[in-house]
Amino acid sequence: MTDTTNTYVKTASLEERRSLQKKRYASERKFKYLGLGAILVSLGFLVMLLMTIVGNGIPAFTYNYVKLPIDLTKVDPEKPEKANYGKFVKSAIADAIPYMSDRKGKRLARGLVSGGAAIDVRNQVVGDVSMAGQNADVEVPVSDFADLYLKGLTAKPILTKPDAAIKVSDVEGDVDVTLSAAVFDEFLARVKETISSEASRLNTRMANLQLSLDNQREIAANSQDTLAVESAKKSITSLEAQLAGFKTKFDALIVRRNNTAAREVLDTSMPSLLLKVGGGVVKITEVEGMSAKGEVIIPLEQKEASAGEWQMQEILEAEENRKFSDKEVAVVDRLVAEGRIENRLNTIFFKKGASREPELAGIWGAVVGSFFTMIITLALSFPLGVAAAIYLEEFAPKNKFTSIIEVNINNLAAVPSIVFGLLGLAVFLNFFELPRSAPLVGGMVLALMTLPTIIIASRAALKAVPPSIREAALGVGASKIQAVFHHVLPLAMPGILTGTIIGMAQALGETAPLLMIGMVAFVVDVPAGIFDPATVLPVQIYMWADFPEPGFQQKTAAAIMVLLGFLILMNAIAVLLRKKFERRW
Amino acid sequence: MDAMNTKRQEDAVNKMVQNEIKMSGKDVCVSYGEKQALFDVNLDIPAKQVTALIGPSGCGKSTFLRCLNRMNDTIDICKVSGDIRLDDQDIYDHDIDVVELRARVGMVFQKPNPFPKSIFENVGYGPKIHGLVRSKSDLEEVVVKSLQRAGLFEEIKDRLHEPGTGLSGGQQQRLCIARAIAVSPEVILMDEPCSALDPIATAKVEELIDELRENYTIVIVTHSMQQAARVSQQTAMFHLGKLVEVDETDTIFTNPSNQKTQDYITGRYG
Repeated sequence: MTDTTNTYVKTASLEERRSLQKKRYASERKFKYLGLGAILVSLGFLVMLLMTIVGNGIPAFTYNYVKLPIDLTKVDPEKPEKANYGKFVKSAIADAIPYMSDRKGKRLARGLVSGGAAIDVRNQVVGDVSMAGQNADVEVPVSDFADLYLKGLTAKPILTKPDAAIKVSDVEGDVDVTLSAAVFDEFLARVKETISSEASRLNTRMANLQLSLDNQREIAANSQDTLAVESAKKSITSLEAQLAGFKTKFDALIVRRNNTAAREVLDTSMPSLLLKVGGGVVKITEVEGMSAKGEVIIPLEQKEASAGEWQMQEILEAEENRKFSDKEVAVVDRLVAEGRIENRLNTIFFKKGASREPELAGIWGAVVGSFFTMIITLALSFPLGVAAAIYLEEFAPKNKFTSIIEVNINNLAAVPSIVFGLLGLAVFLNFFELPRSAPLVGGMVLALMTLPTIIIASRAALKAVPPSIREAALGVGASKIQAVFHHVLPLAMPGILTGTIIGMAQALGETAPLLMIGMVAFVVDVPAGIFDPATVLPVQIYMWADFPEPGFQQKTAAAIMVLLGFLILMNAIAVLLRKKFERRW
Repeated sequence: MDAMNTKRQEDAVNKMVQNEIKMSGKDVCVSYGEKQALFDVNLDIPAKQVTALIGPSGCGKSTFLRCLNRMNDTIDICKVSGDIRLDDQDIYDHDIDVVELRARVGMVFQKPNPFPKSIFENVGYGPKIHGLVRSKSDLEEVVVKSLQRAGLFEEIKDRLHEPGTGLSGGQQQRLCIARAIAVSPEVILMDEPCSALDPIATAKVEELIDELRENYTIVIVTHSMQQAARVSQQTAMFHLGKLVEVDETDTIFTNPSNQKTQDYITGRYG
């Protein structure tokens, strides 16, 4: 401390300063990696979300259609809409699937074709009258479960070509099957596995039952409350009965599992095994290593086949757990082999309105509804919002009144959207008696919701225009209006448009306020105007998500993709507009 | 000493009376809310001369300048009292149209502020909104003439339709001057027009101001003593919101009567 100039300030040594610097760099690096990590995590979640939606939704963009030879000779070309298409389709199905000849089989065959097939055929004929009076191959949609099966989403089969010759005792009815090698062993092992897993599942259920039984017994023994004792006694009897039932089942399963010698009976709780032999299909009902008993689903042409010429089709999902039976699988496979099934773009999904049948439900009604609603929203909120912003920013005197208005506009932006729905219900529907479920009212409610966003964004954009531009305009003698409209507004336009489009995108994705004004109604027709009942994309998604049919789950994901597509499109437009109008000063 | 000063000021005033008085301020007081910025300023601005307003920062010279074309109107809390006349007409009178006033009293600002539009549109905007031109060819003529007068035309004649913001700082300021003279004003107010420019650009603008004096009455606010000495014929010294001294530029810079002026121009403070 004796040397140099600084005698009273103690300075840090070079080493101390270096270590401090090192610490500083280390903390900077740490912060950088933390930020990077956060971005990667959120990116990962985003990718996961998109992949789930796209993975679920993509199948819904295509659909399977079956070609039916429909006899349209009785259709009058003058009045094509009058004919009984239901009958035509029915007989065409019988012609296309002749091997399902009994009543049950016919009903099954009809169930493979969409319930709306007749209407679809009628529309096709009305659209193209030259089809009338002829025999025509007409494509109609298959039923939703057939479509799911064809897309591999239910009853997924495993196909193998076993290395053994096969002999079937008859071409139809109940048959015996004999093989030259024990190729059923592998399947049998799987059946045993299913049995033991079933047994263990029963076991847990039994344990649970036992627990509640013990519980009830204790109540019955110790409780002072006579009523409680009474009810406990009742449940004890029912629980005991249940438990006894499970016990018998469980014992039977254990016997089956341990008995390797006996034939395995394939009931509906077991995996299915279908044999495709000699142009027909045999469903196996009892199986052991080299022989089996079965029932012919589709009649055979030949009773024998050598190794490699026949196929084994296993479906591990038990028949009772799926909505697509083995018979249906066999018939659909046959139709595919005959080249009657075609998978192509799902035009129904893009062209039709809502329906209770998943295969007939489309998104077009919701898209049109959304379009009309957005038009109303834009037409109301853009001019109002921009005008309000210009007035508040450029012309309004700065006093208490305007500052109260300002605070309230900012608060409005934070009001939950469902409150706007309530307002719409109370004011637009109940007081002004405007039509319920109409895009007009939906658009008005969403406009109210979007207004604050637009006003705030527009005010920020106007504020960002440098005052020198205003002064320049005023300095050459422009009036205030001229200065604003000729110079300030064009410069603020990119910001205003961006704010507007963000507000519109928000409105496009809004569900809650529209539920309040009845836009959740089930609307089959595509709306033709702003007064027609309609629904919008997010509400449609909400409704479809509620339906239990697996066909609708696909539709939900596909509709989300459509909605996301529109949102991306709108954001892209916002970016483009901003780029186009951007000016430097 | 005081008597002598008064005498000299009277002489100066007499001399100016020979010149026509274009604008005049009497007892001008300006306040921004509670804070008073100008106290009883009396200043005559002779026609076709350059009047320089000098003084330290915050002395009110820009405020006074902005009163002359009522640019202060845009500030809500600004209150102006007193009497400001243009050709013997009170510009704060109720019948006065501010738009017309600003067409007669143009303004050039401290920072060049061309519109983010083409050079042509920048200059043509004023004539268009005031309806000074009947046809497109008239407008072209006005634009070209204004640019020529501003000494900018030769430099940019091939780039008339390129954005005015693409010019250099000095060119932008001359463009702003061209924009101001395109509406044929009688008075041009300049608020430190050279403070954002380099010496070469400054020289060009000063030259331009000297030329413009033939046709226009010019009032210029400047922080540069040399500039005031070079371009102006009359100089007014402001201090703390008060007009300290006004006289012919030569007199002020060679023989100021007020001690404050002396201190300021010799660089004691400011």
